[in-house]
Amino acid sequence: MTLAIDIQHRLGSFQLEAKFATGGGLVALFGRSGSGKTSIVNIIAGLIRPDHGRVVNDDVVLVDTARGIFVPRHRRRIGYVFQEGRLFPHLTVRQNLLYGRFFVPDSQRGEGFASVVDLLGIGALLDRRPGRLSGGEKQRVAIGRALLAGPRLLLMDEPLASLDEARKAEILPYIERLRDQSRVPIVYVSHALGEVARLASTVVLIAEGKVAAVGTTADVMHRLDLFALTGRAEAGAIIEATVERHDAAFGLTELRSRAGLWRLPRLDLAIGVRLRLTVRARDVMLAKSAPADLSALNIVPGIVTDVVGAEGSTGAIVEIKLDCHGDVLIARLTRYSVERLGLAPGQQIHALIKSVALDRRGLSGPMRGAAGADAEANET
Amino acid sequence: MDWMALSPEEWTAVRLSLKVATVATLVGLPFGIGVALALARGRFWGQSLLNGLVLLPLILPPVVTGYILLIVFGKRGPVGSWLANHLGIVFSFRWTGAALACGIMGFPLMVRAIRLAIESVDARLEEAAGTLGANRVWVFVTVTLPLIIPGILTGMILCFAKAMGEFGATITFVSNIPGETQTLPSAIYTFTQVPGGDEGALRLTLVSVAISMLALLASEVLAHTAHRRLEIE
Repeated sequence: MTLAIDIQHRLGSFQLEAKFATGGGLVALFGRSGSGKTSIVNIIAGLIRPDHGRVVNDDVVLVDTARGIFVPRHRRRIGYVFQEGRLFPHLTVRQNLLYGRFFVPDSQRGEGFASVVDLLGIGALLDRRPGRLSGGEKQRVAIGRALLAGPRLLLMDEPLASLDEARKAEILPYIERLRDQSRVPIVYVSHALGEVARLASTVVLIAEGKVAAVGTTADVMHRLDLFALTGRAEAGAIIEATVERHDAAFGLTELRSRAGLWRLPRLDLAIGVRLRLTVRARDVMLAKSAPADLSALNIVPGIVTDVVGAEGSTGAIVEIKLDCHGDVLIARLTRYSVERLGLAPGQQIHALIKSVALDRRGLSGPMRGAAGADAEANET
Repeated sequence: MDWMALSPEEWTAVRLSLKVATVATLVGLPFGIGVALALARGRFWGQSLLNGLVLLPLILPPVVTGYILLIVFGKRGPVGSWLANHLGIVFSFRWTGAALACGIMGFPLMVRAIRLAIESVDARLEEAAGTLGANRVWVFVTVTLPLIIPGILTGMILCFAKAMGEFGATITFVSNIPGETQTLPSAIYTFTQVPGGDEGALRLTLVSVAISMLALLASEVLAHTAHRRLEIE
């Protein structure tokens, strides 16, 4: 799948100018509230007609203002999961799920009803009405409804934004399963760094109606110059790791990545499962020599590749990027510390991370493979 | 209790009124839904003009409405003569004319109730149905229509009740012919104009009250069940 967008659209005093192309997998449109992300997906879905430009999905031209092409929304075959669910209140869950199927020829229906119901764990809800569902249940049904219409592309507009932390944690594994098991490419809108770091394979960073960066999730997240846009407080490095061993005596799990071995509080994941670790820049300390007699369990050697002041060259905060045998780590220090240690690119350094800083929130589920998804399901 | 029994003439007036009100409501309904939809969701030139035109019978003296109907839909009227010549539909001094007058008078109430119901339907639900593959007609049939059923019922009951009670426009347009255009209100009026007509007037008044109460009760029950089915999200 390829999605190519090149549009200009004016909304009041707000000018949207977006141009990007993406491959398959889960593409995150990431940016602050009001940056124009939702308008972009509304243009893809056909809810907004752009002033100028083109939208092409999988070689199908959906919009081309120069040639007067505008495919109406009901012929686009693009699933849309809205922030507020938008389930039909007069229909049961089953009728909601089957709604879109009625308009699609048999041969193009994609996923089967039973497998979608199973994937989303909504079998027990089928005869209820939406008014009687919790927020998390509604969102799962909304995802199923969009998926069962046999879409060529699935749009998800902040599907977790209206939910509390517990409900978010309930739904994230389902979205991961969807990403890993379904063939439908997904465009996922979010302003939450944690969700994007956990879910996305590609990130399109949107700022003030324009595309600020496009790239793989790690590439975009690791760009120090984008931290102001991605959200400094939660910013950090993304590391792909494999579960290597469980230490029953101390209740620890060991993960292996290119940088080395990571120890963190026990995860109920099978050995061999791949996952993403987010190491926030504010949780990383640096030492010039390998420290002994230290409580931090994770000590990773690396080389300084970049030193950038967060607020220009005179600000108090400095961000340092490290290369640890191919993994990237980012540390946030004071300029005072940086000058005291004399940190500069090319220098050998040791990064220290407390195990307890690597909590569940910093982890994503298994990256791919049905076996991995099952492991995640067993854990919940 | 003998005085309670309705005379054949009185029965005729009751039956005629029920027929006129029912026809006025049912024939008016598709137009009512169409106009309400245009006013609630459409954006077109002349929208406020249409709105004013629909509401006009509510504000005009009924006699004026009846007279306008007589001019336009009468035998010599531009619309009336065309309908009579081409479709064989005659309104003047017929029960169909009474139904037309009652329908015109009840129409604003019906449109208003349905329009409010359409406006209260979340347009985002209709958008969602569109992304699931439904074109505009299907969106209306499968999403909008089921959600406005309570409003449609309310509109129908209001229109029916108004039609049952309509007097001024009807008597001006189609006069007061027993068995053809003499509806309940006209019959009551006639009774009050003749000596010894008090009993008849009272009987028909009781019938009128009973029918209105039943209509009101029916609308309450229907609206209640429709609401329970929806269980506001």
